[in-house]
Amino acid sequence: MKPVNQKAWFLILPVILCVAFSAILPLMTVVNYSVQDIISPERRVFVGTEWFKAVMRDDDLQGALLRQISFSLAVLAVEIPLGIALALTMPAKGWQSSAVLVTIAISLLIPWNVVGTIWQIFGRADIGLMGATLAALGIEYSYTGNATQAWLTVLLMDVWHWTPLVALLCFAGLRAIPDAYYQAASIDGASKLAVFRYIQLPKLRGVLVIAVLLRFMDSFMIYTEPFVLTGGGPGNATTFLSQYLTQKAVGQFDLGPAAAFSLIYFLIILALSFVLYNWMQRVGTADKAAETGHA
Amino acid sequence: MARIDLDLAHSYKPNPQQDSDYALLPLKMTFEDGGAYALLGPSGCGKTSLLNIISGLVRPSQGTVAFDGVVMNDKTPQQRNIAQVFQFPVIYDTMTVAENLAFPLRNRGVSADRIKLRVGKIAEMLELSGQLDVRAAGLAADAKQKISLGRGLVREDVSAVLFDEPLTVIDPHLKWQLRRKLKQIHHELKLTLVYVTHDQVEALTFADQVVVMTRGRAVQIGSASDLFERPQHTFVGHFIGSPGMNFLPAQRSGSGLQVAGCPVAATGPLPAASGALRLGIRPEYITLAAPGAPGAVPALVTQAQDIGTYWLVTAQVGTGGAATTVRARLNPEAAVPAAGQTVWLAVLGSHTCFYANELLVSATSPIPEVSA
Repeated sequence: MKPVNQKAWFLILPVILCVAFSAILPLMTVVNYSVQDIISPERRVFVGTEWFKAVMRDDDLQGALLRQISFSLAVLAVEIPLGIALALTMPAKGWQSSAVLVTIAISLLIPWNVVGTIWQIFGRADIGLMGATLAALGIEYSYTGNATQAWLTVLLMDVWHWTPLVALLCFAGLRAIPDAYYQAASIDGASKLAVFRYIQLPKLRGVLVIAVLLRFMDSFMIYTEPFVLTGGGPGNATTFLSQYLTQKAVGQFDLGPAAAFSLIYFLIILALSFVLYNWMQRVGTADKAAETGHA
Repeated sequence: MARIDLDLAHSYKPNPQQDSDYALLPLKMTFEDGGAYALLGPSGCGKTSLLNIISGLVRPSQGTVAFDGVVMNDKTPQQRNIAQVFQFPVIYDTMTVAENLAFPLRNRGVSADRIKLRVGKIAEMLELSGQLDVRAAGLAADAKQKISLGRGLVREDVSAVLFDEPLTVIDPHLKWQLRRKLKQIHHELKLTLVYVTHDQVEALTFADQVVVMTRGRAVQIGSASDLFERPQHTFVGHFIGSPGMNFLPAQRSGSGLQVAGCPVAATGPLPAASGALRLGIRPEYITLAAPGAPGAVPALVTQAQDIGTYWLVTAQVGTGGAATTVRARLNPEAAVPAAGQTVWLAVLGSHTCFYANELLVSATSPIPEVSA
């Protein structure tokens, strides 16, 4: 047998310590809470998987989960195509390009709770630009009173806030396509649609994987903006998973169920990201494998 | 198919002031219908700009591009019906080889039967038949470039097919094969082909007419033998041939010449020009001569190399500031001088050219004058 060199352990030890201190230990605390009923700091009872079972049966949680999934899918369905479309129409060079890039990035630079506040005022029927305009047009609009409108407002806010990120990623991807492709397409008589379908979209695949993953994970964990805008209401129309979790843990101080749910929440995000990543990579690596196989 | 007339100049700068601002200096030339042309020159000489102007990817800043007498300046590549193959392979990643080849036809609404026929034919010519259903993204660089070539050749009705150094990425042994293929395709299809390259062998073997370019100027258009025997410009002499033409400073003196400071007796008619001249002679045409023979200069041999089929002899003609290096390709059967020896080299003969201000003023070569 080959002698094994154990020296490498010393090199990764500092990293292990840091990660343990900042991530593993806090996570273990949550695990600890999730299997105990803590009555007071001195009195605690081991309850096994009881909190997990209770949380899974919770109607409020199921509602929040469903709301969360439909919200994240809606975010992807709107922001990805819109981001691509924006990137395609952005000027490629000159001062116009810089101007558009800076303008489009503004929403990304605003703190999240400020985004919520901006939309809170923007949507008010008495003083907000959008709310007042809608009212003047005779449309009854209230993000505090109407559940559907509240949900749509949160979606619109997220689109406003994050579509620029998708657009910037796609813009960078588009700039990386060599001119020769466009020249060849022009020689081959390709229509604009064909250029998009056969050149731009395939070449954007890499950045789109990143954009979809980022937007999915972020939207799945959305908290601050709906918290500021609607506080989860009306009713619980805009109570998404993280808000439900906060209510449980900080509001009702149900640490056990909250911890159990935190773990489930964490696993859901991990699993969905894993599936999504692998699925999008497979589309890509099918080509790559063929490429290396033949070259 | 079309005759292409160019009468233009191009600058990428908005207000060109001097020659160096131009990518292409004013030029006027015609590509005849069905001809095979090469644009030959070093990197940055404007040959790709010229090609892109013909295809319509670049609009000339002055003058016109005309196909069969119709001005095409404002027409898109599609309207001009041009096919162009680029230096690096461009393939559509998500398509198979067959779909890639069919793409230019499909975009023009050609019927499915016709597409199948053409794709089959082109694939066979380029030896891609076995890979038609393979995803193009998975192929090696030379196969990808063959696909690019195929897309350029798949349409039968094109005005011209333009090649921009298409064999750069191809292995040397495949290069010969593909070049022969292109030549064969040219004979079969009688298309107008314009081929950009910086490789003189590629240009001379591929084309009937070669346009030699340098610094935005087309300095000579001619056949391989024109370029070899009678370079119109010293650049052509330098650039064509391996090694290139020898140039020696020369001046008329009495009935003879001063060549690199050595008096040489005339062997035939000499140029009438009285100013500074340059005498040009190909290494292939320099022969050893008897000491003091008319038309010969003394030279100090600095190096003699055996290149297999010939000896390459490097020698110094003249001394001091006028000393000039001369290279001669000598027949191995003759006695080859060794380094350090002084020999007499015949530089005035039936293949000697004279240049003033880089341009040919007179030649003693027997080839009749060819207009550029």
